[in-house]
Parts: sequence; structure tokens; C-alpha cells
Amino acid sequence: MKYNWNWSVLIEPQYFDWIISGTLWTIYLSIASSIIAFFLGSLIGIFRTLDNKILNFIGTTYVEIFRNIPLLVQMFIWYFVIPEIVTDDFGTWLKQDLPNPEFSSALMCLGTYTASRVAEQVRSGINSVSSGVGMAGCATGLSTFQLYVYILLPIGYRIIIPPLTSEFLTVFKNSSLALTIGLLELTARSNMIMDWTFQGFEAYTAATVIYVSVTMIVTLIMQRIENKTQIPGFISKKT
Amino acid sequence: MIENFDFGIVIGSLPFLLKGLKVSFYLTFLALIGGIFFGTLLALMRVSKFKTLQYASMTYVNFLRSLPLILVIFWFFFLIPVLIGRPIGGFYSAVIAFTMFEAAYYSEIIRAGLLSVSSNQISAARATGLSYSQSMIYIILPQAFRNMMPILLTQAVILFQDTSLVYVVSLRDFMTASVIVAQSESRLVEMYVFAALVYFVICFTFSFMIKKIQNRKLIV
Repeated sequence: MKYNWNWSVLIEPQYFDWIISGTLWTIYLSIASSIIAFFLGSLIGIFRTLDNKILNFIGTTYVEIFRNIPLLVQMFIWYFVIPEIVTDDFGTWLKQDLPNPEFSSALMCLGTYTASRVAEQVRSGINSVSSGVGMAGCATGLSTFQLYVYILLPIGYRIIIPPLTSEFLTVFKNSSLALTIGLLELTARSNMIMDWTFQGFEAYTAATVIYVSVTMIVTLIMQRIENKTQIPGFISKKT
Repeated sequence: MIENFDFGIVIGSLPFLLKGLKVSFYLTFLALIGGIFFGTLLALMRVSKFKTLQYASMTYVNFLRSLPLILVIFWFFFLIPVLIGRPIGGFYSAVIAFTMFEAAYYSEIIRAGLLSVSSNQISAARATGLSYSQSMIYIILPQAFRNMMPILLTQAVILFQDTSLVYVVSLRDFMTASVIVAQSESRLVEMYVFAALVYFVICFTFSFMIKKIQNRKLIV
């Protein structure tokens, strides 16, 4: 195996800046799309648990469409197709005046896609709250809205903290797909360093270390949150 | 706008796209076999008595699962030629990358499957005189695989979608073929909508079939 090691390439100002800015873009994109995914996903998930045929249908259709098309195709559709098929004025605005169109497209793409996955988790969370609890809520005279806000959601969210964590980590990893539409996030930057210097080992190792560290940090934080929000004796922790 | 759509372009480039689709399916098939094979090995290591094997498997799985697939693809495309001294072609690099990546995900599914088989089964198997490996191969694994069949197949659909990512290394699968046609004919809208439709129909049909299987009780 012939390879010229040169770790100092990583601390050359230019490449170092690339890695830092790449990491920041990755983090911005992940956090922003997680927020969209959380709210939109909760809404869709609630739709699927309500006793209403139309809302059920909307929820199911949404999930099926976003789950059965590869994320890469969705990325291209948000970036290349949407500006062409909306009304002319809006399309022109999207193409010319929107600041940082790569970021916005990637944000919409990851947000809506992850929402479909969050929706499934929220639905299973709500469904796993024992039905007696819901009935008791109804019997005390709560409206459906109150039932969800005060009873079903607080318990449901607690149950799905572990799977939600892995969804957030999935967004973090999926954010690398934004490189296909030209957003210079972490993976794109490390690949650029590889192209410019041929120091593939060093460049990819830097990205790898950053991805693994962030994953570990998020996992730890979420475990903390899970322990903090646990209701004693209410949800049996699975081992 | 919608009235300017020209789907003739799709029909004209169908042979080229079909070639790409074949590559996608072939890649999915090979990575599926490889992923399940190595995934089973990793899962068996994870449930074995030896601490070293357990940690080795755990480290591998957690490490790979915290990396984006695109980065893994880049890694293998760079690493394999350096390691063995000569390029082996994009397709086989992709097969290896997907196999190693999917193995981590499959091992978690298979481990859950192994744990779903009651531990009495293994005691019973050992009591009838089977060795540990015999009881794994003849008693535990067949039951585990039957329990986890729906999840394994769902993961296969996800794998099929993930193969579109070989676009980043310009391997000519269905996605890359669509992009090539889209760019050379300047028909981005038609081609990407068509690609989305094709993927949707394939994945939706498979998911639907999996749901059918899931509803049928496999183990009584």
C-alpha cells in the first residue's frame, strides 16, 4: 500500500476553514429541518390517529408518498422541479431572489421527508398510550383538542423519545445529501479537500470523527432528556 | 409550466433508463445478500459469550450507523484502490460499500430477531445434544428469520432507495441515467418527475406486498 500521509493538510487555514464551515452548515441544516419535521410530523401523526376519514387519508397519503421516493429524487424535485411548476412570478422569485436556494431547498426536502418518519413515530406513540387513559380523559369532559394537548401528547412524546432521537440523528446524516444540489456541507467539504490535495484518508477521517462525535453528543443529551422527563412508575423502561 | 411537459423524451430514452434500472436492481440484490450474510455474523458475535466479539461487533455497528451513507461510499471508493493497489471498478466498490454499510443495519434487525426467540429454545436444543452452532443454525436462526422477515424486506426497500446515492460517484444506475438524460436534453422537470414515479411505484408495490405478508401469521 503506497500512501503519503500528511495530516498537516487538515490544519492548513484554507482546508481548516472548509471543515469548520462544512460542519456548521451540516448542523444548521439538521437543526432547522428537525424543527420543521417535528411540528409537521406531529401534525401528520395526529391526523392519522384522529377519528376522521379525510384527515386519516391525508396523513396516510403524505407518509406513503414521502417514504417511497428516494430522498435524492426528492432533493432534485425541490431544487430543480418546484421552481419550474409553480406560478411564473413565484418561480422567478425562487430562482433569482431567494437567498441561498440550495439551503432552502435542502431544508424543505429534509424537513418534509423527516416529517413523514416522525409522523409514524408520533402515531405509534399516541397509539401506545393505553386506551383507558384516553377514555378517562373523555369522561372528565375534555375536548379532543384538550385530550391531545394535555394527555395523549405528553405521554406519547415521552414514549417515543428513543426513536425520535434516532430520527434526529438520521436527519443529521441525511443532510449530506444536500451536497448533490451544491450545498457545501461537511461531506462535500471533505470530498473537496480530497479532490484538491489527494489526501483522502485525512479528509474523510476528519469528517468521520466529526459525524461520530456529534452523534455521541446527541445520544447522550437525549438520554439525559429521557431520564429527566420520565414519569416514575408510568412507562416501564424497556431493557 | 405543466402545458410544456414533453414526456416524449421519457419514451425515447427508455432503453437507456432500463439499463440503469437493471444496475439498481442488481446492486440492491448483491448488497442485500452480502448485508444479510455479514449482518448475521455481526449479530451472532453480538449475542455470543465472548466479550471481545461482542465489543468488536458493537463498535462496528455503532460506528457505521453514525456515518452518512454518502461518506461511506466516498470512503470505499477512495480506500479500495489504495488498499489493493488497483481500481476494481465503480460497481464492485459500490457493492462492497453498500454491503458493509447495510450489514450494520441488518445486524441490529437480526439481533432483535434472535432475541425474539425464547431462550428456552436454545436450552432445549442443547439438551437434545446439539452443539451451540448446530442449535443456532437449525433451531434459532430459522425462527428468528421468520419473525423478522417483514422488517428485513422493509429494509430491502430502503436499500433499493439508497442505491440511488451511487449518483455521487457517477455509477450509472437508474438515478444517474435519469440525471444524464435530464441534463443532456434539458428536460429536468419531466425526467425527475418520471424518476420519482418509477421509484414510487416500485417501492409502494413492494411495501404493499410486505404488509400482506406481515398480516399473514407466519409462526403459529
